[in-house]
Amino acid sequence: MKIMTCPLNGPRPVSEFVYGGEVRHSPDPDTCSDAEWSSYVFDRSGSPGIKYEWWCHIASGYWFIALRDTARDAVIATYPVETVRQPLEPAARA
Amino acid sequence: MPHRLIRFGFSRKHPEPRMFTRHDSLKPGYDVVIIGGGGHGLAAAYYLARDHGIRDVAVIDKGYIGGGNTGRNTTIIRSNYLTPEGVKFYDESVRLWQDLGEDFDLNLFYSTRGHYTLAHTDSAMRTMRWRAEVNKHYGVSSEAVDAAFVKRGIPMIDMTCGGHAPILGALFHAPGAIARHDAVAWGYGRGADRRGVEIHQQTEVTGIRLQGGRVAGVDTTRGPIATSRVLCAVAGFTPRVLDMVDLNTPIYVHPLQAMVSEPIKPWLDPIIVSGSLHVYVSQTARGELVMGASLDPYELHQTRSTLDFTESLSAHILDMFPFLGDVKVNRQWAGLADMTPDFAPIMGLTPVEGFCLDAGWGTWGFKATPVCGKTMSHTVATGRNHPLIEGFAMDRFARYRLTGEKGAASVGH
Repeated sequence: MKIMTCPLNGPRPVSEFVYGGEVRHSPDPDTCSDAEWSSYVFDRSGSPGIKYEWWCHIASGYWFIALRDTARDAVIATYPVETVRQPLEPAARA
Repeated sequence: MPHRLIRFGFSRKHPEPRMFTRHDSLKPGYDVVIIGGGGHGLAAAYYLARDHGIRDVAVIDKGYIGGGNTGRNTTIIRSNYLTPEGVKFYDESVRLWQDLGEDFDLNLFYSTRGHYTLAHTDSAMRTMRWRAEVNKHYGVSSEAVDAAFVKRGIPMIDMTCGGHAPILGALFHAPGAIARHDAVAWGYGRGADRRGVEIHQQTEVTGIRLQGGRVAGVDTTRGPIATSRVLCAVAGFTPRVLDMVDLNTPIYVHPLQAMVSEPIKPWLDPIIVSGSLHVYVSQTARGELVMGASLDPYELHQTRSTLDFTESLSAHILDMFPFLGDVKVNRQWAGLADMTPDFAPIMGLTPVEGFCLDAGWGTWGFKATPVCGKTMSHTVATGRNHPLIEGFAMDRFARYRLTGEKGAASVGH
């Protein structure tokens, strides 16, 4: 992966972007158990797979979502945050 | 002599002893199965056989032994960490390293060089003093030194680092050392092999069978194995193995790259680390400079090399040693670092009975090889966590009891 297509700025070198981690959804802190909450705080999906991730184009300060295969280092698609207001379906694990 | 060599080459029998016995097939079952034939896995097998009398052990690896992070690190050995847990643990490891070569009857090229962690700012100097005090409290030789001391120890260094990161002082750790990493894996492997441990290379784990919440066996590409005890020591592949037993951990995987220069005359005796410049460098007995930097910036399960890495690391090396401008980079490679949020490992028993974990070793695992083998073999043999690894238990996250280790290599701090 050397070039990433930013939804706002188009194709740019990957060095202009920072990685913000996988897109995750918090459990409701009022109703979830302590174990669920600590698991949300710390646990990560460490195995390779196709994942929705937060990325930021540093020069423009623009955050967006990328669907990336973490085994092959290939970006499958990028989306502006506005188009994915609904919680994303967990991507199929490769 | 050449005649003898030719005869030897053409003879069908090879009377010279091989490093390891080659086993044609797996037995139906073993007392203990160790997944991962790197330094950690082989060391655990060695100490299980030597100290605990458990010899019915299989070490299985999907590649070849020592082919993962054991063969991909920059071979630095030190114990000047920041937290009491870390310092005590790594200090035991440095002690174990001392007589390992004799134990194995193999030259590990263990070379005590002295280790400088450079400070370029007042706040870094403050951290160095803090680390020195924690280290001294636990009897580890470590001191905060001034710029003149650094210049005496490393006469070739540009003390201004290109004019933008002047060196104010350093943390000096006299026992800091380097060793030949392949020999560590081979030494532990041969020692285990001679005591009856079976080493199976090219054998990939495809599943782990559980019965009533405890381990019943391991499925591999060369057939199933029945066992009640499994030790997982697979570094960057840990999350994939944990998926087989449905365990969640905070471990995330980023590549860590390193590179080595062409061999040049010996000029650099100590090991140099700069957290601000993201550099660590040492010179091997062959004269090559072994250089590393920081983790790759995003999750990836691939050992590809990047030009970005070579460029930025070279720039920082030249800041410190401008005269290296004409020296060529010979090789570049990467390993998969299994990182944790507190830069400390995850070791010991897990909620799955019979399944022990030695993971989360990210960028700091090589130096801990002997002590990991020692403590994990104790844990597997007795079914209780060794006292030295209690602070690294898997449930520390659920209890919000992180270790806060900031002395780890290649992490921004």
